[in-house]
Amino acid sequence: MAPLLRLTDVRKAFGDNVVLHDVDLEVEHGQCVVLIGASGSGKSTLLRCINLLETVDDGVIELEGEEITDPRVDADAIRSRMGVVFQSYNLFPHMSVLDNITLAPVRVHGVDKATAQREARAMLERVGLGEKATARPDDLSGGQQQRVAIARALVNRPALMLLDEVTSALDPELVGEVLDLLGQLKSEGMTMILNTHEMGFARQVADTVCFLDGGRILEQGPPDQVLLDPQQARTRQFLSRIHA
Amino acid sequence: MAESSTSAWAPSQRQLERERYRRSRSLRSTLIAGVSTLAVLAVAVTALVTSPGWPRVQETFFSWDKAVEAFPDILQGLWLNVRIMVGCGIAIGLIGISIAVLRTLRGPVFFPLRAFATAYTDLFRGLPLLLLIFLLGFGVPALRLSGLPSSALFWGCVALVLSYSSYVAEVFRAGIESVHPSQRAAARSLGLTYAQSLRHVVLPQAVRRVVPPLMNDLVSLQKDSGLIAVLGVIDAIRAAQISTAADFNYTPYVVAGVVFVSLTIPMARLTDWVARRQGFHGAGGMV
Ligand SMILES: Nc1ncnc2c1ncn2[C@@H]1O[C@H](COP(=O)(O)OP(=O)(O)O)[C@@H](O)[C@H]1O
Ligand SMILES: [Mg+2]
Repeated sequence: MAPLLRLTDVRKAFGDNVVLHDVDLEVEHGQCVVLIGASGSGKSTLLRCINLLETVDDGVIELEGEEITDPRVDADAIRSRMGVVFQSYNLFPHMSVLDNITLAPVRVHGVDKATAQREARAMLERVGLGEKATARPDDLSGGQQQRVAIARALVNRPALMLLDEVTSALDPELVGEVLDLLGQLKSEGMTMILNTHEMGFARQVADTVCFLDGGRILEQGPPDQVLLDPQQARTRQFLSRIHA
Repeated sequence: MAESSTSAWAPSQRQLERERYRRSRSLRSTLIAGVSTLAVLAVAVTALVTSPGWPRVQETFFSWDKAVEAFPDILQGLWLNVRIMVGCGIAIGLIGISIAVLRTLRGPVFFPLRAFATAYTDLFRGLPLLLLIFLLGFGVPALRLSGLPSSALFWGCVALVLSYSSYVAEVFRAGIESVHPSQRAAARSLGLTYAQSLRHVVLPQAVRRVVPPLMNDLVSLQKDSGLIAVLGVIDAIRAAQISTAADFNYTPYVVAGVVFVSLTIPMARLTDWVARRQGFHGAGGMV
């Protein structure tokens, strides 16, 4: 079977600034890939390219065997097969929590409103926010907002979840509630690519850890290998700075 | 539970003393404000009434009998102004938002639309409204093109709509651009199309933010609807002018001024109220 996602020689530049060089990556069904690397190393850009929020300058990205970097594909339809969660939550402030979650099912997936609301409520229960359906995003804590954002992505039954530093904006005591939820998703078999500075969490959930440096995947492998016994000097340097 | 905890609390001596002080301060401020307002008014009225020309001004501008005589016609004219404001207001809102959306389109494919929208705002914001009213109100009917309405009222309204929609478009555009790009990214990442993101995510937030300045434009439109009097349409101002012409008594103008102000004041208060409510929601802990 083809991997769920395959990147081959992906390149992305902003003007003269080449942000991704020849990136190769394979993600199998149910796998969790964790991207680590210094700020500016291209982790967010990689996720945005996979979600077609950015257009790659070269190389191929395939989702379930289909090339999605082909300009003839319907980018909106491709995006609707992935769930994205951002560092800054990006909930829609003018809508209730429930409306945030039902927007895509109703408008993109053609689910009728009553069904969408029922599913949204079930999803809110699942992320532990059953009583917050009618709240406004601004009335929630950061951890709660991020869990709503995760619910909003999950309700569309994505084949793949892309999570960009989803705990970086949170107060330390709220990080745990979001990581617990991600751990639970992983154990249920959700395929995820996430980018995080939580090395303990990375070791726990990752099947593969990729270390990005200057837009290249310098090292990739099982978490214990990359995080505990890195082969590259740059990786060791990065990890020692994180742990210091 | 909350009740028992409040009933257990009694303000301390220090707090009672603070409140007494605040009350006496605010009483004093109110007194000072009241007395000074009265003093200024008294001086102004005295200066006016004792001025050498006052008896004549009173007769030609503030004649009660003339006011009573002109009032019904002016009020009827005002009804036209109100209808113009409502009808044009709706058209202005729709056209303004469309032009704003065209101006924010990205990509070379949309260049012609973007260029059209830019030219539209540049042209109609630049032309003095009165000039536009003259050009359209007298010019177009004179062409006698079949199929086009020839009423001066219609073309006066078109002039108002063109001019105001170009202002309003810029207000909407500022609102659209004030919505953070991450909101659009979030919408697109959910699979919403460009148009759906605009419709459900960007525009609702943009419109909310620009309601106070738009209300301001509406007050202004209400006033400027009086300009189409130059086309001979009988609105409140034209009605006043007709009544004035009979005996060169200018009281009807004063009456028209009063009815316009009494219409715009509630609008202005409504604007303040909306702005306050928005500010409160938008800025969170704003004092
Ligand atoms: N929209 C953009 N325009 C120009 N440069 C960008 C843009 N987005 C990211 N970059 C640049 O790409 C590089 C990688 O950024 P990013 O992917 O956000 O890194 P990371 O997520 O690893 O911190 C940085 O040098 C950044 O300045
Ligand atoms: Mg980043």
